[in-house]
Amino acid sequence: MIIGGTKALDRLDEPATAQDDPVLQVEDLKAHLHFGAGVVRAVDGISFTIRKGETLCIVGESGCGKSMTALAIMGLLPKPAGRIVGGRAVLQGVGDLARLTTKRMREIRGRAVSMVFQEPMTSLNPVFRVGWQIEEAIRVHEKLSRAEARKRAIAMLDLVGIPSPEERYKAYPHQLSGGMRQRVMIAIALACRPKLMLADEPTTALDVTIQAQILRLLNRLKSETGASLLLITHDLGVVARMATRVCVMYAGVIVEHGDVGDIFATPLHPYTQGLLASIPASRGGGERRRLNTIPGIVPSLANLPTGCRFADRCPHAYERCRKEEPPLAEPRDSSNGNEAQKVRCWLYLDPQRAGEGTLWRNA
Amino acid sequence: MGTYVTRRLILTLPVLAGILVITFLLTRLSGDPTDLMLPPNATDEARAAFRMVNGLDQPLWTQFIRFAGNALVGDFGASLRFGQSAMSLVLERLPATAELAAATMALALLFGIPAGVMAAVWRGTATDVSIRLVTLLGQAVPSFFLGVVGIIVFAVWLRWLPTGGRGSFGQLILPAATLAFNLVALIARVTRSCMLDVLKQDYVRTARAKGVWESKIIWFHALRNAFIPVLTVIGLQVGLLLGGVVVTETIFSWPGVGRLAIQAIYARDFPVVQAVVFVFATIFVAVNLIVDLLYAILDPRISYR
Ligand SMILES: Nc1ncnc2c1ncn2[C@@H]1O[C@H](COP(=O)(O)OP(=O)(O)O)[C@@H](O)[C@H]1O
Ligand SMILES: [Mg+2]
Repeated sequence: MIIGGTKALDRLDEPATAQDDPVLQVEDLKAHLHFGAGVVRAVDGISFTIRKGETLCIVGESGCGKSMTALAIMGLLPKPAGRIVGGRAVLQGVGDLARLTTKRMREIRGRAVSMVFQEPMTSLNPVFRVGWQIEEAIRVHEKLSRAEARKRAIAMLDLVGIPSPEERYKAYPHQLSGGMRQRVMIAIALACRPKLMLADEPTTALDVTIQAQILRLLNRLKSETGASLLLITHDLGVVARMATRVCVMYAGVIVEHGDVGDIFATPLHPYTQGLLASIPASRGGGERRRLNTIPGIVPSLANLPTGCRFADRCPHAYERCRKEEPPLAEPRDSSNGNEAQKVRCWLYLDPQRAGEGTLWRNA
Repeated sequence: MGTYVTRRLILTLPVLAGILVITFLLTRLSGDPTDLMLPPNATDEARAAFRMVNGLDQPLWTQFIRFAGNALVGDFGASLRFGQSAMSLVLERLPATAELAAATMALALLFGIPAGVMAAVWRGTATDVSIRLVTLLGQAVPSFFLGVVGIIVFAVWLRWLPTGGRGSFGQLILPAATLAFNLVALIARVTRSCMLDVLKQDYVRTARAKGVWESKIIWFHALRNAFIPVLTVIGLQVGLLLGGVVVTETIFSWPGVGRLAIQAIYARDFPVVQAVVFVFATIFVAVNLIVDLLYAILDPRISYR
């Protein structure tokens, strides 16, 4: 795809990499939570790639494993229950994050890959000035004097659109609004110019108008810094506005994957169709689109059914769906454009049934 | 900040007035202080003269005003036993008590905080369990018992340390350790539970996401937050600590204010008792004031208004 307005930043400390190498390549990643009583398969074999300048959105209902995916990439799974039990997450110029030592992972975090969290109100340390918190993110990774780091921190506050940054530098988190705090979090995340930023529902906790501002800011910063973005959301409105490509996640797996245009124009998986159907007809305005109108409940990740994980809620499920889990693959009658749309549904993959999905979709 | 300090200072004035009233009433508890101050075989003339000189024939409130006026300039009269000014007796011994209290607090923080932090970080491990056992013990055992056991073990059997007195560093160790033990246990317990709470907070995760070293996250980011409630608990313990000082100084013949107080009580040396009570109460108020101010400095969310 074409990257518009990308201002490449010098990254002299890195080995030269082929221009079309993906920034992040996740392959069959599995992150499970091990409790005395059993195993929660929060991330159960997901694959995707993010290229330079791209925004990949992971969308899905609450509890489907979106946050755990991001935390697994960051090496920040909850301890001691969380563990990566399989797969790879290869970061450009670094290698497989799942196999890095604790020490090396610490060097990577905040420097090559960083993360913005869902809760701006509690994500900043209440006893330190926000400027210091940005400065620390820089000084952890770069040898700089305090004065230089301070200058960079103020520049970051300015970059994320915080007015009078010299004054705000001295503010404590409680003196800032939720939106301002999230801007500070974004400043921290981008302070070392990472090539990849993970944003886990960065606007969910904010007012609608503030949400729009933060999303605009993310888009601007992405093109100004050349960073790629993995954006996690449960809001299809956010997907439509931000995504280059989309992963639809359900119960620990990706059920559909494709370009944003294809996903919205020709959703294949019944779950994706359900999500889209729950959006109000009028697209305008900043009104929230909640994904809560599909009947039935998500299966427990500690006790998954055999077969397709969506079968119990699916209006089109047949015998094979309950017996055998479908793979994530291109539909047999695929006629989509350059970026292949993949789906995890027998309606498109079973030779006996191929094409049926398309039939009832257009009905 | 300045106005906050002023306001807090003004708020201590009623407390100081209360202290004066209580100190004054100490000698009036058993009615006529003449009976307390003079030997039982004193003549009626001597008693009348004593009353006259000390204004005891005046109405009670006149007596109080006079007492308060003198107390505010540190004049509680002369010690019945030593003849010297009661206040100067107390002030002479104050450095010894301050030394003991400072050593105690230093020990308590030096051991209590790391113990609490390590128990929290290694929650559920053998380290955590042993630290918790020791803190449980430390809170259950009274300090006079510890002091006596300490003297028997370290001074009498092992002969490592002297049994009492003041002057050398060795003489400071046992009384300070005795006094600190309960405090270490308490600080460790509170630090552990506060750290467990703080380590779950989102901002700790943010620090990890920045790539900050785990040791810095624990000992700086997390502890800086966990210490705020710990400080409050320390402030609440100052009264108990002063009580412990009296007992410990007596056990170890530590020449401080606490030992003076016990001696004065036994000798019915009421001017000295009054001076000690007044000084201890003032220290208590002052320490609480300092804790409040520290609290406001450590926690930027506390408004100074
Ligand atoms: N601390 C935890 N204890 C038990 N289960 C957890 C814990 N954290 C997350 N989970 C489980 O892991 C799954 C994935 O969670 P998460 O990634 O946070 O979902 P999402 O971000 O998509 O809402 C959920 O089903 C949740 O129940
Ligand atoms: Mg989440």
